[in-house]
Amino acid sequence: MTRSPAFRTEVRPGPGPSVAPGQDETRAPAVRARRARLPAALLGVSSLVVILLALPLVFLLIEAHGAGTSDVAHLIFRRLTADLLWNTVRLTVVVTVLCAVIGTAAAWCVERTNLPGRRIWAVLVVVPLAIPDFVVSFGWASLWTWVHGFRGAVVVMTLAVYPLVYLPVAASLRAADPGQEEVARSLGCGRVRTFCRVTLGQARGAILGGCLLVALVLLAEYGAFEILGYQTFTTEIFTEFSVSFSVPAACALSLVLVVLSLLVLAGEGMMRGRGRVARSGSLAARRMPPYRLGRATLPVLAGFGLLVGLALGIPVGSSVWWMFEGGAHAIGGVSLVSAALHTALYGGGAGLIDTAAALPLALLVIRYSGRLRHFLERSTYLVLAMPGVVTAFALSYFTERYGSGLLYQSAPLLVICYAIMFFPLALVGVKASVARAPASLDEVARSLGQPRLAVLRRVTLRLAGPGLAAAFCLVFLSVVTELTATLLLIPTGVQTLATQFWVYETNLSYGQAAPFALVMIGVAALPSYVLGRFFDRSAHAQG
Amino acid sequence: MSRGRLTRGPVSAVAAGLVACCGLLAACGSAGSPDALAALTLYNGQHVQTAEALVSMFEKKTGITVNIRSNDEDTLADQIETEGSHSPADVFLTENSPPLENLQAKGLLAKVDATTLARTPARYNSPQGDWVGVSARVSVLIYNPGLISVSKLPTQLRQVADRQYKGKLALAPQETDFQPIVTSYLRAYGRPATLSWLKAVNANAAGHVYPDNETIAAEVNRGAVAFGIVNQYYWYRMRAEIGAGRTKAQIVHFAPGDPGYVIDVSGAGVLKSSAHQAEAQKLLAFLVSQPAQEIIADPSKSISFEYPIASGVTTQAPETPFAQLRPYPITIGELGDGTTAITLMREAGLL
Repeated sequence: MTRSPAFRTEVRPGPGPSVAPGQDETRAPAVRARRARLPAALLGVSSLVVILLALPLVFLLIEAHGAGTSDVAHLIFRRLTADLLWNTVRLTVVVTVLCAVIGTAAAWCVERTNLPGRRIWAVLVVVPLAIPDFVVSFGWASLWTWVHGFRGAVVVMTLAVYPLVYLPVAASLRAADPGQEEVARSLGCGRVRTFCRVTLGQARGAILGGCLLVALVLLAEYGAFEILGYQTFTTEIFTEFSVSFSVPAACALSLVLVVLSLLVLAGEGMMRGRGRVARSGSLAARRMPPYRLGRATLPVLAGFGLLVGLALGIPVGSSVWWMFEGGAHAIGGVSLVSAALHTALYGGGAGLIDTAAALPLALLVIRYSGRLRHFLERSTYLVLAMPGVVTAFALSYFTERYGSGLLYQSAPLLVICYAIMFFPLALVGVKASVARAPASLDEVARSLGQPRLAVLRRVTLRLAGPGLAAAFCLVFLSVVTELTATLLLIPTGVQTLATQFWVYETNLSYGQAAPFALVMIGVAALPSYVLGRFFDRSAHAQG
Repeated sequence: MSRGRLTRGPVSAVAAGLVACCGLLAACGSAGSPDALAALTLYNGQHVQTAEALVSMFEKKTGITVNIRSNDEDTLADQIETEGSHSPADVFLTENSPPLENLQAKGLLAKVDATTLARTPARYNSPQGDWVGVSARVSVLIYNPGLISVSKLPTQLRQVADRQYKGKLALAPQETDFQPIVTSYLRAYGRPATLSWLKAVNANAAGHVYPDNETIAAEVNRGAVAFGIVNQYYWYRMRAEIGAGRTKAQIVHFAPGDPGYVIDVSGAGVLKSSAHQAEAQKLLAFLVSQPAQEIIADPSKSISFEYPIASGVTTQAPETPFAQLRPYPITIGELGDGTTAITLMREAGLL
């Protein structure tokens, strides 16, 4: 994979304001000129971020080392491992492909056609990301017995994570240069061929980036598979934590997961490397005339109705049903308001930290080329495939060993834990938006006598703004639905919406659990709405 | 909308939010409770309703605040071990004895006051005196009479592996309640027999391996599977939740003295690392006192449906009185921390 213009293969979740034309020509020499002047502060801050993100991996290695080689080998090389491997791989492949198809198709329809009500659809198709996997699977499993095992896992996970593909693809289609499609059409390419070769080509980086996130998130998934009775490496790691009193064994198994995610990363890198993706910045400040659906309007509308009905209707519907049907056994707990406030505070904190922390790393990777920096950036994705409980145990271990238990089970440490877990989601968004703020503009600003920080504030950040907001929202949504790490690190006595739901759900108080599920969906729907609106507004600004 | 407004908004929002959040987090971090002296932290692996009912009465009686932290009991044991000498936990309350036995073996539990231990029959306490038994449950078969008649059910644990039960058996091997049954089988029949039994059981349960006992109860009740092995109180809790009218499932004991007929003890211990030893011992003493045991005995107060075992309190809530149970004579020490059972379950592919 060629390195210097990391730019052209970028995922673009952020709808970028238009980029100055001719940027490609000025870019390469500028990069070379600047390599010598790499700011030490940027490198320092980025390294610190990378080191923090490596903590869970370091913990795994220490613990697995403590388990002893023969025990680890015994645990890994047994028949169950083959089953787990098969289960994990086939699910990851099938769901990733389905998400790629559904996410891309939905994004194309919303962004490029005259689909009626597209502004509403743009929000509705993102909201499923905000529904906790355990609520989704619970809703499905309580309705139909066949939603179980592999089939159940495919259905539930596809409907839960396809927005991870939809979001970047929608953004990239919106920002793409309409001229290329027009040129293709005028050269005699048919509609289908233009779509396959030009439109998909423009969105290729975004599709791959989304698929990478989907695959890594699937590797770390636990709650849904537990309810659906589907065994993967991650459920096995949780079993290890919850039946045997052996943290080292659980950690040894987690190393297999690390290897799997390395393979996913390598695979994605290879697919990116093949073929050049067209420069697809929003060169022209205009929007493509929408493709007329014509007679296809009804079927497409029905498809969207079905998608939203399944992904949103079933979990919401079953929650409402349980609210009225659930038994009367009240258990004490915190109020909805308190749980919602804490959830929002933690999610907001992690979102801000991640967005801020991703900025230096993104700047480093986009503005300054280099093999090592590229490697540092890619290494941060590993953490996404690590089960939350591992990261939580790692922080617990390090605070006990090196921090005398300071800040343990405090709000700041919990927020740091979330920030570590979901950093890659923020990085994807931030990187894309930094890529949109051309270095040449910085140079112009600096040549006009603006100090470096002012340039960052007045030029780079301003152009990258919408993408930063998208990054924040993605992290926020993930925090709202997080459970396993939360149970370990949350301050004692505090409840989030997810933990209080868990308390009720595990104690069969479905009636009491249901309102928490609904508020969780509500709290997370807000950022989803903001995400959808951002895309929409920036289109108007461009149009 | 102008682009200027569009992009300036989020940037200043991010900046302002970051500042605000740092402030808030710092506030949360430094805000230690002022009456930290009198506050205990309870790591709770027991059902939340039960723990809450017990703790709130303790708080009323002593004025000592107890913060409850609930999670899966084995995860809590792992957590306590990882936390080491800085563990915030003062007291650990569990559903089963293995997590306590495990922490005891690692030397993490303090000795329990002799007067507290004397409240519970010695056979339900830690043999070393590091934790005290609080309540008990008994393993039963839960079955759906619409799918299998009581006469067709196994009466002995070894029969559960019979071919005729293929596709009819539900199991929750990840639940901490199942490994005592395996340990019991192990004591009765030895290691090789246990392994082949587990393999046959695994084959019989294919398609009906569930994450927890609540799911077994619910699935048997709605007719998704014929029968399963659970502790008796899951049936009672389900019945209390959904009502007797909708409770199709029934429960039945194994044959008297059969290895499947196991009594599980829920217990509590004080962490050696606790800075509040005196208050923690007070909480343990309370858990086995008459008022606390009466809470456990009274389903309207705790929906526990466990058997109280201390201070001479008895209950009518589970229909078979505790004294009339005829369990397999395995001791708490023999149940241990279940390591061998887990190893065998792994070998058989159940874990």
